Amino acid sequence: MSQAIELHYEVPGDDFTRAGEASSAVKRTLKKLGFKADVIRRVAIAMYEGEINMVIHAGGGEADVEVTSDRIYIVLSDHGPGIPDVDLAMKEGYSTAPDNVRTLGFGAGMGLPNIKKYTDEMVIETEIGKGTKLIMTVLAS
Amino acid sequence: MTVNDIIRILEADVISDVGDMDSEVHTACGSDMMSDVLAFVKDQSVLLTGLVNPQVVRTADMMEIRCIVFVRNKTPDESILELAQEREIVLLKTRFRMFTACGLLYSNGLRGGCELE
Repeated sequence: MSQAIELHYEVPGDDFTRAGEASSAVKRTLKKLGFKADVIRRVAIAMYEGEINMVIHAGGGEADVEVTSDRIYIVLSDHGPGIPDVDLAMKEGYSTAPDNVRTLGFGAGMGLPNIKKYTDEMVIETEIGKGTKLIMTVLAS
Repeated sequence: MTVNDIIRILEADVISDVGDMDSEVHTACGSDMMSDVLAFVKDQSVLLTGLVNPQVVRTADMMEIRCIVFVRNKTPDESILELAQEREIVLLKTRFRMFTACGLLYSNGLRGGCELE
């Protein structure tokens, strides 16, 4: 791959059934580009968790992905309420998801810990009342 | 164990056979919490669940799970069926409840493949 491929997706916040479409599209793109199965899987899971979080907590947002031969760089941005305590949000089992989200199979408090587990680098930039930016890097080698 | 073996063991009905019915399944996971599935499941798994919504198929797609079994005869709607067919994920349903369905597969040699096991 001689130059970076840049992908952009709008993540709607008003339809939970559509959450995951962006991650799914990125997964298919990486497959066509010939990335290793393990790399594709890690990117897909991390981005999917982030996308679900954006829909549950922030009313949707945007996903920007930059693909080069040696890494996949993902930025998920929203204009939601922000995260008051990032350390607490990173604890397995801690969740602020409303009860109705649990009936949909999410809200177990595993999202951010899963993202950390599957990525090589994860950075959270957040401001209360303004929104959150989740930046993830998965190395391809 | 193959998907066809799972159909036999669980006396399952095939809801969608768009996918490889002879594909090998190495591990299984029984859960209604998709974040747990994303955290703990290895690939080439079968997912048993009582949760019936499109996110089950999306989760399976992310994890390269090729077969979903809905327990207690839960039946997915058309939107879920279409998504599964698009992703080539086999959908089955069994009359057995989660505990029994998992037990039947376990007693036939399938394991969880969880890091904690």
